[in-house]
Amino acid sequence: MAKSKKDAVGRRGFLKRAAAGAAAALAVKPAAALAQQPAEAARPAAPPASARTVALETAPPPPADVYTTDRPGADFMVDVLKSLNFDYIFANPGSSFRGLQESFINYGKNTKPEWITCCHEESSVAMAHGYYKIEGKPILCMAHGTVGLQHASMALYNAYADRVPVYLVLGNEQEIAFRRSDVEWTHAVQDAASMVRDYTKWDDSPISLGHFAESSVKAYKVMMTPPYEPVVICANGGLQEEPMPEEDRRTLRIPKLVIPSPPAGDPNAVLEAAKLLVAADNPVIVAGRVARTPNGIPLLVELAETLSATVIDRKFRMNFPNRHPLFNPACAPADLSRVVAAADAVLGLEVPDFWNATHAQTPINRMGMTSRPITKQGAKLITITAGDLFSRSNYQDFGRYAELDLAIAADAEATLPALIEACKRLMTPERKRVAEERGRKLAAEHKRVRDRDFDLAAAGWDASPITTARLSAELYNVIRKEDWSFVSDTTFISWWPLRLWDFDKHYQFIGGHGAYGVGYQAPAAVGAALANKKHGRISVNIQCDGDLNYAPGVLWTAAHHKIPLLNVMHNNRGYHQERMFLQDMASRAGRGIENTHIGVALDNPNINFAMLAKAYGMWSAGPIENPKDLGPAIKAALEVVKKGEPALVDVVTQAR
Amino acid sequence: MKTLCAIAIVLTAATALAQAPAGNVENGKKQYLRAGCWECHGYAGQGGRDGARLADTALSTAQLTRYVRKPTGGMPAYIDKVMTDQELSDIWAYLKSMPTPKAAKDIPLLNELKGQ
Repeated sequence: MAKSKKDAVGRRGFLKRAAAGAAAALAVKPAAALAQQPAEAARPAAPPASARTVALETAPPPPADVYTTDRPGADFMVDVLKSLNFDYIFANPGSSFRGLQESFINYGKNTKPEWITCCHEESSVAMAHGYYKIEGKPILCMAHGTVGLQHASMALYNAYADRVPVYLVLGNEQEIAFRRSDVEWTHAVQDAASMVRDYTKWDDSPISLGHFAESSVKAYKVMMTPPYEPVVICANGGLQEEPMPEEDRRTLRIPKLVIPSPPAGDPNAVLEAAKLLVAADNPVIVAGRVARTPNGIPLLVELAETLSATVIDRKFRMNFPNRHPLFNPACAPADLSRVVAAADAVLGLEVPDFWNATHAQTPINRMGMTSRPITKQGAKLITITAGDLFSRSNYQDFGRYAELDLAIAADAEATLPALIEACKRLMTPERKRVAEERGRKLAAEHKRVRDRDFDLAAAGWDASPITTARLSAELYNVIRKEDWSFVSDTTFISWWPLRLWDFDKHYQFIGGHGAYGVGYQAPAAVGAALANKKHGRISVNIQCDGDLNYAPGVLWTAAHHKIPLLNVMHNNRGYHQERMFLQDMASRAGRGIENTHIGVALDNPNINFAMLAKAYGMWSAGPIENPKDLGPAIKAALEVVKKGEPALVDVVTQAR
Repeated sequence: MKTLCAIAIVLTAATALAQAPAGNVENGKKQYLRAGCWECHGYAGQGGRDGARLADTALSTAQLTRYVRKPTGGMPAYIDKVMTDQELSDIWAYLKSMPTPKAAKDIPLLNELKGQ
C-alpha cells in the first residue's frame, strides 16, 4: 500500500525528484534481467508467477515516492467551474481531462454540474447548443484538445453561427516531461484552441491554477456578452493531476463573475429609426435572432403592433407568435421577397444576412450571376444587431455588406424598449389611422395564407410514403393539449409545423443549426429535451434520417439518462437537399438525371430506425408506411415519453 | 387593343394545343418518377417547400412544356434531349389523372386543427 503524504509537492520539486530517481534507477539491475533468472521451486498449491509479475514485484520503486495527494489541482479547477453555475457537463471521456473528470464525480459529487455521458464530441457540443436554446444557460463541455476538438469542431461552428454560448474545456498536456506514451504525445498540442479560433470568441491556455481561475471566469463573461459565442479554456494535464501547491492553497481565490448588461442602441440613433418607421406607409420587420430571451417575444409584438408592421421571421429562434395577425405566414423565399419588395422601410433585427433578405440573385437553374435590390427606390433600410460589435474574417457567416440608411450596433432585444417608446411618442392620430388600416389588410392576408396552407396540407393526405404535412398534423394532434416544446427545425419538412401548429412560447421552437452543419439536429433535440425535463414539458423532435446517421449514439445518451423525448422520423431515405442540387447540376449540364441518386440515396438496404433505437435501449415503433397507422403509433410513443423515457417512431416519408 | 391581345392568346394556345402530342398516363407516371419530379413536387403531386402543387394542375400541356423548358422560378430547366415533348405530354396526362386533392374541410383532423 502506498503511503499517503499530505504535504504538497510542487511541480519543480516533483521534477527534481523524478530526475534523481531516474539516475538511481540506472544503478540497479534491469527488470528484464531479473525476469530471466531461474525461479525458485514453486509451492504446489500456487501457480507459478509469470515473468511479468516477477518483474513488477522486484523492480525498483518508481522514481518519486509520493503516490497520493488529498488535493489535486483539478479540485480547485472544479471549484472554479462550479462557481459558474453550470447544470451539466456534456462529454465523451478523454484521458487528457481524466483528472478533472475524477474531481467532478468525486470531489464535486457529480452535482451542479452533473456528468452526462456522450458518445461523440460533436454530440456533446450540439446537445449544449440545444440545451441553451431552451434554458438560456450555457453548458460546460469537455473534450481532448486534439482528437476530441476535431470531432467537436463542426458543432462548435454551428453554435458560433447561431450566436449560442458554449463553454468548452479542452484537456491538454503541455509539459513534455509528463507525456508518458505515444498516446499522450499524439493527444498533446502546442496551441489547442487554434483550430477553432476562427469561430470562437475567446480562449486561453492557463499555466497556473490562479491563471485558470481568472481566465475561466473571464471566458464566461466574454461568452455571455452579446453577441453570445462559444469560448475555449485549455486545462493543462499537470495542473489537473499534480497536487495543488501549498502556497496556492493559502492564496488562491475565485474571481467574482459579473455579466455585462447587453448593449442598447444609442438614443439618437434609436429616435432616428423610430422616425423612419413611423413615417413609412408599409414598414416591414425582419426578425433574425432577436428574441435572445423569452422577453424578446412580447417586446417584438409590442413594436409590431405599435407600427402595424408585418413580421418576417427568419425562423432562427422563436421570435413572434405564428398566429398573430401581424406574423407574415409566407415561408417560400419568393413569397418573402414580395413582402420586402412592397416595403418602404425595412427593419432588420439581428439578421446576419440582411443583404440576402433585400436582394435577388440569379437562381441556380441559370448560368452567370447578377444581383439586384428588391426593395423599392428610396425604401429606408435599418438594422439593429450585435453582429456589428464582433467580426471574424475567415469563416463567412457574416454575409454580404449591406448598404443601409441606419445601422445601430447594439443588441436588438435590449434596444426594443427604447424603440417602442420612441415610436409611440411619434405616432400622430393620422399615422395611427394609416397603421390601423394597414393592420386590417395584414390580418386578412394572414388568414388567407393560413387557409391556403391547410388546403395545401390536404393534398396527398392518404399517400404513402407519408407526406410531411400529414406527419406534422398527426403529431400535433397528439401533443397539442400537452405543454409541448418543438426541439427541431422545420427547414426540411416544408415548414409544416410553423404553418399548421400554434406557437406562442419561447421554448416552443428552437430554430435550426446556425451553419447548416448536418449532424446537429438529433443531439440538439436531446440537449433541449434535457432542459425541458425539469419543467415537465413534452419535447418533440421531427428527426431527419441523414442527420441521425452522423452520431446515432446520442439515442443511447437519451435512454441512459432517461431524457423524455418524442422522436418522429422524417425518413425520406436520402440526403434530399443534395439530391436536388445534383438534379440542378445535371440539368445545367443538359444531361439526364438518371444517375443523381448516386451518393445521396440512403436505400438498398433501407435503414430501419426503429431497430436502431431499440439497439440503443429506446422504445420504438415502425417503420410506418400507412398514414392510418401514424396517429396510434405517436400516441403510444407519447405514453412512454410521459413516463420519463425517450421514444422513436420511424416514419417513411415523402422527400419534403 | 385588349381584343387583339385576347385573340392572339387564344390563337397561340390553340396552336400549342394542336402541336401538343396526346399523353400516355402510364408512361407519364414512369417519367414523373424517372425525371425526379417527385423530388420537389411529391409522389402525389402535392407540392412542398421546393415545388408547386401539381395534382389537379390548371396548366395545359403547352404551358407545362413551356415552363419546363424555361422555368421562371428556381426549377431546373429540362431540355428536349433530357425530356421530350412527348414525355412531357405523358407527365401532364399523369398529373391530370391524379385524384383531385381533398380540401382541408373534408379532412376531420385538419378541420379540427384549423378551427382550434
